[in-house]
Amino acid sequence: MTSQLAYKETFDCVQCGYCLPACPTYLTMGKERHSPRGRINLVKLAAEGKISLDEISDSLDLCLGCRACETACPTNVQYGKILESFKVAKSESNQSPFIEKLALQNALPNKFWQKAAVRTLGIYQKTKLNKLARKSGLLRVLPERLRAFEEITPVVQPPKRKVRQNTILPKKAKLNVAFFTGCVMDVFFAKINDLSIRLLEHAGCHVTIIKEQTCCGALQHHSGDKSFTKKLAKENITAFEQAEYDYVVNSIGGCGAMLVEYDKLLENEPQWVERAEKFAKKNIDISVILSSLGISFEKEINKVVTYQPSCHLLNVQKVKDDPVKLITSIPGLTYLPLPQADMCCGSAGIYNIVHYEESMDILDEKMKHVHTVRPAVIVTSNPGCHLQMCLGVKREGLEKKIRVVHIVELLAEACGIEAV
Amino acid sequence: MVTEQIVNQLKKIMESESRILTEKADLVSYSFDASFGTYFPELVLQPLSAGEVAGIVKLANEYKIPIYPRGAGTSLSGGPLPVHGGIVLDFSQWNQLLIVDPEDTVAIVSPGVITANIDKEAKKHGLMYPPDPSSSHVSTIGGNLAENAGGPRGLKYGVTKDYVLGLEIVTAEGEIIRTGGRTIKNVTGYDLTKLIVGAEGTLGIITEATLQLIPRPQASKTLMVIFADIVDAGRAISSVLTSGIMPSKMEIMDQASIAAVEAYEPVGLPVDVDAIILIELDGHPLAIEDESEKVKQVCLDLGARKVVIAKNDHAAAELWRARKLVSPAIVRTKPTKISEDATIPRSKIPEMFKRLQEIKKKYQVDLVVFGHAGDGNLHPNIITNIQDKEEMKRVEKAVEEIFATAIELGGTLSGEHGIGTMKAPFMEMELGEIGVEMMKRMKTAWDPNNILNPGKIFPVKGQRLVLVND
Ligand SMILES: Cc1cc2nc3c(=O)[nH]c(=O)nc-3n(C[C@H](O)[C@H](O)[C@H](O)COP(=O)(O)OP(=O)(O)OC[C@H]3O[C@@H](n4cnc5c(N)ncnc54)[C@H](O)[C@@H]3O)c2cc1C
Ligand code: SF4
Ligand code: SF4
Repeated sequence: MTSQLAYKETFDCVQCGYCLPACPTYLTMGKERHSPRGRINLVKLAAEGKISLDEISDSLDLCLGCRACETACPTNVQYGKILESFKVAKSESNQSPFIEKLALQNALPNKFWQKAAVRTLGIYQKTKLNKLARKSGLLRVLPERLRAFEEITPVVQPPKRKVRQNTILPKKAKLNVAFFTGCVMDVFFAKINDLSIRLLEHAGCHVTIIKEQTCCGALQHHSGDKSFTKKLAKENITAFEQAEYDYVVNSIGGCGAMLVEYDKLLENEPQWVERAEKFAKKNIDISVILSSLGISFEKEINKVVTYQPSCHLLNVQKVKDDPVKLITSIPGLTYLPLPQADMCCGSAGIYNIVHYEESMDILDEKMKHVHTVRPAVIVTSNPGCHLQMCLGVKREGLEKKIRVVHIVELLAEACGIEAV
Repeated sequence: MVTEQIVNQLKKIMESESRILTEKADLVSYSFDASFGTYFPELVLQPLSAGEVAGIVKLANEYKIPIYPRGAGTSLSGGPLPVHGGIVLDFSQWNQLLIVDPEDTVAIVSPGVITANIDKEAKKHGLMYPPDPSSSHVSTIGGNLAENAGGPRGLKYGVTKDYVLGLEIVTAEGEIIRTGGRTIKNVTGYDLTKLIVGAEGTLGIITEATLQLIPRPQASKTLMVIFADIVDAGRAISSVLTSGIMPSKMEIMDQASIAAVEAYEPVGLPVDVDAIILIELDGHPLAIEDESEKVKQVCLDLGARKVVIAKNDHAAAELWRARKLVSPAIVRTKPTKISEDATIPRSKIPEMFKRLQEIKKKYQVDLVVFGHAGDGNLHPNIITNIQDKEEMKRVEKAVEEIFATAIELGGTLSGEHGIGTMKAPFMEMELGEIGVEMMKRMKTAWDPNNILNPGKIFPVKGQRLVLVND
């Protein structure tokens, strides 16, 4: 019996199948082993020694980790925990650790990490992302199929000093918040962070950026490196304990999901669990805070807009209505809901790079729905989804017709806010 | 035994090899359903045409290999379990055909179509496909037909078999035949359609169905009625039905399920009452407005503590939410849920409630009751932990006694979940020796080599109820 596996948790699954229609990989692959119910059963059998980790790897590795199954499940099965336990068990077993596997599959595009390296070498090395990158792609030739990503990977935009150093208190600050920048986000989407800060100030918040913060740990966690993730979590908790804040705000669905689960991550560490709980509770997505504070708009946006939620914002942070509320409050805008918006776009961290073909099948499903709406703008709430939707638009040859924006960009535009 | 030679022959029958599953991770993934027991098949096939199915069955019949049809695997009675190994035929991917013909008010579907999608498509034409098992957004029409599934709307609209006009089936010898047709009236020969529906895949394999659709009611209205005493609740259910009103749904939640919901997610229900009944009326808006007042009066006259009428659809959804929360609420303390569907004549509801409470005490089990009160299809659910061997023994005894009680009160073993493996040992208790024997003769006539879903419905000598998974 492999003790790391979340065996007990598998018994919460009553095999009702309610999660099947919600699972993107079941939909595109059509096999029970690529469904949540199938995966939970495989982990259970592996824990009982009836099947090996190797034999179930294909099934579990192809899981997006989108956790739509948790939202669909009537009996609250903790699928995330079960999946994570597999990742840990596998990376700790001798059978080629996940990171190695990444390497074998030419995981990450060079430019991505080179760009990252240029600016945030510090964070990059400190957080082992370099190891992930080196083992996976930096040292080898970029495979043909990854060109797609090269083309849509944004140019690195360093954050605007001015925005970051702004310590002028809004006249009467409604809330005192700290801002979580994220590491990959702050390399490629620094502008979105800058706009987020401006928007928060516009809504009446006093915003602080804590220098000591580090990566949220999501990428490391999803690759099964639990102990390292814990280290990052502790650094962040300590960093944000320096002062009292009403909230810690982020504009990255995936990071936010990691942050709000620090309490689960550290549940077996008595000296940390309380601090982790306190920190986890403070983390909040920018859409929630903006929609509760309310923002004033200056400009009409006369476009047809649709929204593709980030899975982790939706299924882990359970933020569903706030982004839509904000979007629909923009003057002039026509909002059309995307059918089956709650289905993952196939981006899922680095899934689209590691499992390119499978990811594109999922993206094709997504684009079918986009076609029925014919929007001029697709709004996203996470950088990974953002890139994937850009890729989807490009693959369909719709670049001239559809713009992909982060919700913060759209709101800033309507508020007349610019990054500088 | 599925030999390599057989697999090679199957490769010629199946149009794509990607639908022939042989890896261990695949085989174990079709070894279970939503009930109990794990059995590994030797092979899984995902056919997409009657031609493929006919070819497979012909071959299986020649080599006497068991065939186990499977939809979404949501059966609560062991229906699709490959108890004798052999081949699982997974129909869940054969969902391509879904045509609604508004002129004939019929739908033509392939077996893997998800049931709720039929109703969704019908809705576009102002029509409705009434059968609504709670699992309708997951389960397949093939599985619904084989189990003759029903749901809350069964009270007014009947169950799956009431909406089947015709079928295409593959016989155990691998022949493709059509039964019934496309018209409501059809008395040509024996009614084979109705024989196949509810036969749990033991007589033939369904490859296409023609379903009856009906005009969609314009509006609906929901009431929540609270009863301090279950006897009053039982009388109210009968009185509503004799007051000239036919509600579309009448669902009941007992004290234990109300308490569980309140502990899980407080929605403001009273926890000191015997039962809550949710009633839905459908039809013309003015008619149901009037009917809802009548129902309210009938219930109050019979001692209801309180009646709430939902003002709009949103408020109605809120009322139904309580019912939806029962499932997650009751599995919070222990993970294993055993859903029974023993059904009794409506007049026996209070008696059944009393007897269930006695069973609960006698065997010291966590038992909650909620379900379709209008048609006597109660769902006694036992909450337990499958890893607790000692408790499971008591649970098995409690379940046996529930079955016996239902039959004693003039009811039946199963209202909608089917017999499968789980209830096979109790068949004679309800039908008598000759009754079961007549059914066996049907089986032998249709499937002389016993290759279609063997090990189901009919017990082997000495078979008893066992609730284990290994
Ligand atoms: C949470 C939950 C709630 C439920 N609620 C209800 C309810 O309200 N009402 C109700 O009636 N049931 C209910 N069920 C039980 C179950 O969903 C039904 O029995 C359903 O009809 C099974 O459909 P399926 O597609 O999952 O079929 P499976 O479970 O895969 O198979 C069921 C049976 O059908 C046979 N079969 C499947 N396809 C074919 C075919 N093409 N030809 C011949 N035989 C075939 C199988 O061999 C098996 O015997 C519920 C189940 C769960 C888990
Ligand atoms: S996390 Fe997403 S992809 Fe993985 S099993 Fe759940 S729904 Fe499917
Ligand atoms: S919905 Fe939940 S309980 Fe049902 S099969 Fe999926 S994970 Fe298991």
